Amino acid sequence: MKKLAILGAMTVAGLSAGVASAATLDDVKARGKLNCGVTTGLVGFAAPNANGEWEGFDVGVCRAVAAAVLGDPTAVEFVPTTGKTRFTALASGEIDMLARNTTWTFSRDVDLGFEFVGINYYDGQGFMVPKELGVSSAKELDGATVCIQTGTTTELNLADFFRANNISYEPVPIETNAEAQPLYLEGACDVYTTDASGLAATRAAFENPSEHVVLPEIISKEPLGPLVRHGDNQWGDIVRWTLNALIAAEELGVTSANVAEMSASAGSNPEINRLLGTEGTLGEMLGLEADWAKKAIMAGGNYGELFEKNIGENTPIGLARGLNAQWTEGGLLYSPPFR
Amino acid sequence: MSTISDPPSGSFQLSMLINDTRYRSYTFQFIALILLILAFAYLGYNLLANLQAAGLNISYQFLGEPAGYDINQTLIPYTSQSTHWQASLVGVLNTLLVAFLGCLMATVIGVVVGVLRLSDNWLVRQLMSVYVEIFRNVPVLIWILIIMAVFIAVLPQPRDFRGDDPEATMFLNAFAFTGRGFYSPAPIFGPGSGAVIAVFLASIAGIFAFRNYAKKALYERGQLIPTFWPSVAIFFIPAIIAYFIFGRPITLEYPELRGFNFQGGIFMRNSLIALWFALSIYTAAFIAENVRAGILAVSKGQTEAAASLGLRPGRIMNLVVLPQALRVIIPPLISQYLNLTKNSSLAIAVGYMDLTGTLGGITLNQTGRAIEAIFLLMLFYLAISLAISAIMNVYNNAVKLKER
Repeated sequence: MKKLAILGAMTVAGLSAGVASAATLDDVKARGKLNCGVTTGLVGFAAPNANGEWEGFDVGVCRAVAAAVLGDPTAVEFVPTTGKTRFTALASGEIDMLARNTTWTFSRDVDLGFEFVGINYYDGQGFMVPKELGVSSAKELDGATVCIQTGTTTELNLADFFRANNISYEPVPIETNAEAQPLYLEGACDVYTTDASGLAATRAAFENPSEHVVLPEIISKEPLGPLVRHGDNQWGDIVRWTLNALIAAEELGVTSANVAEMSASAGSNPEINRLLGTEGTLGEMLGLEADWAKKAIMAGGNYGELFEKNIGENTPIGLARGLNAQWTEGGLLYSPPFR
Repeated sequence: MSTISDPPSGSFQLSMLINDTRYRSYTFQFIALILLILAFAYLGYNLLANLQAAGLNISYQFLGEPAGYDINQTLIPYTSQSTHWQASLVGVLNTLLVAFLGCLMATVIGVVVGVLRLSDNWLVRQLMSVYVEIFRNVPVLIWILIIMAVFIAVLPQPRDFRGDDPEATMFLNAFAFTGRGFYSPAPIFGPGSGAVIAVFLASIAGIFAFRNYAKKALYERGQLIPTFWPSVAIFFIPAIIAYFIFGRPITLEYPELRGFNFQGGIFMRNSLIALWFALSIYTAAFIAENVRAGILAVSKGQTEAAASLGLRPGRIMNLVVLPQALRVIIPPLISQYLNLTKNSSLAIAVGYMDLTGTLGGITLNQTGRAIEAIFLLMLFYLAISLAISAIMNVYNNAVKLKER
């Protein structure tokens, strides 16, 4: 029995060695499915809807990549990950890419051996408190009990913020957003802190969202973006340029409604032609088909459409574009040129 | 000349390793050992090779770097600028704290329930078996979550104590039971309090001396000296006299509502209480069964013999049955203590910062050193478990049947 177990362990170890060395693109094509790591459930970013289908802003990125690579936006296996499990899942090859509002930091990029392919949401850490507490600034939170997700940058920012302002707090570590909600609502903590977008999403899921306020202070920079493993540059390029294609499409006015028409034949704008594959060989350079970007845009629309549909001002989450507007409109979104 | 036939002087041949029954088993054990070592060497090599392929290495440097995160319950001084190693130590102490408290309470509940399961009273007996069956057969993680959820939902929050007509009030103006934990007064030791504590400790030693003297008097002269009330008197009177002689140096700090929370006094977090309570009642169900088995293992003749000497049932249990039952109870009890200690690693479910929460949780996440952290975690748990085992084995040797 013991020997059998050892043999089994050896087989598993051997298999995982195989996974790590092969090219991710070939693996995904052979599997016919993209394994995409997402949150365990954050409305607007990634959460299953009433029919059990995943939807959200991060989910949209996964679907765009699946569409670009496999031609089918539904060929995605969504793997829910917590703040703790996400990096192990990616490093071990369990998922091909991680789109889980993950903050791009130096040590994650360099030391953990990951490759952030871009930024799909410019965020910052904020605080939410019940209105009845009468708090108007984060600096009034001396002695407060703060609910916080473990294994995130928010945890470190929080320690820095309270130390810098020389005020004390009592951290209550929580594993997932879902566990934090009842603790906060029952009053076991006074404050809930996470990225401002996450706070808006969490608040939207409350019974009485108007009883809670998000404090004005944003205490950190949280550039959130999808990431892949170090070492497979081709796969990194595919995910990076799929994200860029969504951003460029909005800038160029390509939407899910007009993309079919625009890609039917080469138009007057050469950049749109190159993006949609009616001109040049960009798709071939990536190792994909010429109309990869068209499929990615058709999957859920361009960046702006994804934003409005999932987290924009007309959704319960109600986030303004702010920093996440195109650079031409005063935001930070700026895709490198397609040429 | 007498001839002594020597045993055949072993001209050892290689074939004897297989054919000779004296060596055969060693041969096979040796081969199995080599294979085992090879297998582990392969796994280790595979790990290192894969890590290298991913551009990673094994390094414990992160232990010396600042942790950067705060921990709510720290038994030793710790700030977010302390190192990951100190954070791990905070975690170890928190694990040991909840394991110690849990073992203590589980033993008390377990022994009481185990004895009551053998009660003559039908209702008590049935109630106890319901308790054992319910708690033994539902996973401990569920109990931890249930107790925490009930705790938070039922008890008032600090904000309920506020206002002119608060929904909740403090018990005796000194204790506050809130969903965030229990607040109780804390002693403040002023100058001269050392002497009071010394007197108090001396009076405890005095109680033991007095009880020994009473026992001796009983055994040697057959003189029965009452012990209970004198013990109580020795416990309280000298310490109280010393307290007033030294000008009341020890005062109490009461918790009071300031800002968001109660401040001052002793604070016991909801996570510690929920985890402690859940682990205790869960493990106590198993210990109760061990105790019942131990008592049933003492032959009925012993009870009858003791009864025929005129001992009352309570004394039969304490003086005759339990001392013998202990020999059967202690070895499985060690396993239960180890289980409780290891189950405490579920602490993160309620946000209790034990070793798994600090070293195996936040540190692992922030540094990404999964293999190093998990390996260290295993070493810590192994060391703690072996230490508990060793202590309990010493105790077991003390109570086991002495064979001469």
